[in-house]
Amino acid sequence: MNQVANFTKGFIKENPVFVLLLGLCPTLAVTSSAFNGFGMGMATTFVLVCSNIVVNLIRSLIPNKVRIPSFIVIIASFVTIVEMVMEGFLPDLFSALGIFIPLIVVNCLVLGRAEGFASKQSFVSSVVDGLGMGLGFTFALTLLGAVREILGAGSIFGYKFIAGDGILVFILAPGAFIVLGYLIAILRRVK
Amino acid sequence: MEYFVIIIGAIFVSNIVLHQYLGICPFLGVSGKVNTAIGMSGAVLFVMTIATIVTWIIQKYVLVPYGITFLQTISFILVIASLVQLVEIILKKVSPPLYQALGIFLPLITTNCAIMGVALLTVAKPDFNLLKAVVFAISNAIGFALAMTLFAGLREHLDLMDVPKGMRGVPIALVVAGILAMAFMGFNGLVKV
Repeated sequence: MNQVANFTKGFIKENPVFVLLLGLCPTLAVTSSAFNGFGMGMATTFVLVCSNIVVNLIRSLIPNKVRIPSFIVIIASFVTIVEMVMEGFLPDLFSALGIFIPLIVVNCLVLGRAEGFASKQSFVSSVVDGLGMGLGFTFALTLLGAVREILGAGSIFGYKFIAGDGILVFILAPGAFIVLGYLIAILRRVK
Repeated sequence: MEYFVIIIGAIFVSNIVLHQYLGICPFLGVSGKVNTAIGMSGAVLFVMTIATIVTWIIQKYVLVPYGITFLQTISFILVIASLVQLVEIILKKVSPPLYQALGIFLPLITTNCAIMGVALLTVAKPDFNLLKAVVFAISNAIGFALAMTLFAGLREHLDLMDVPKGMRGVPIALVVAGILAMAFMGFNGLVKV
């Protein structure tokens, strides 16, 4: 498979959030600001790439019947690493993301790529796929976070450009659903 | 009174789907019809209650006393995954009609973040005893069922509407979910959570 196409498919054509609709819980929950969305995206990318690598390397050792539980254990180990590193070095981000860091384990995107791609394709393809999908996920989360932050707080990446408050509802739960709905619709139109 | 606050808080004020964003995948995935939404909610109620009891006991009597709370994520997901398998096997033997109703939804539940989310939320509350944990889990499951059924009912109507082309399907469903979440915001301040 062409590696360039394999890498870029995650951004628009097969974007995990806007097109495949995978991993929507963290997408909606942590994108109250662009930075939180970016942080969550990078954490997921790390887990995705590492689990893709390990799953690909040991795929021939795992009996077919227990492959899903084995994949989950591999993913959970990397999530624990992310949890510890983030708690140590980025405590603010860690408390902002809250339970959604351990919940990367049940993000259907990570398990979906391990099961659907890394356990079947070659090593290089798996790494590129994990990187592409992860960065596509990061792109979607940052975009959603940026739109919500601009509308809801009048700032971007914490830099305030409008005096006074924004439209608060966009930072709260309803705004997450509505902005994602419109972003998907716009992306469909663009395609 | 304490229990009343937990119940109202979990069902209405911080509704698990519309306020805490947990379990969005089944919320969007299987909410096409009211019947399937009820089936899924039943399976979630069942697994969520058992999973919360088991994970609460593990946290309290294994992870904390031995100082290995860093294994929380990995142990909880393993417990939930094996629990779902176990429930499936037992249900098949003990109650075939219930298995018929919930069976197809059970495998989907392992990756339903609502289950793991509620387990994590429960152990994060220091003042909870086992009874409170159970009440909390059941209330959350009822909140999930409420959001699912309301949304499924709305989506059945949406199918008959003349929606602009680009908005058809998921986008309009998300906007509707947003408006539903807005309605649930009206419960804010009912109890302090």
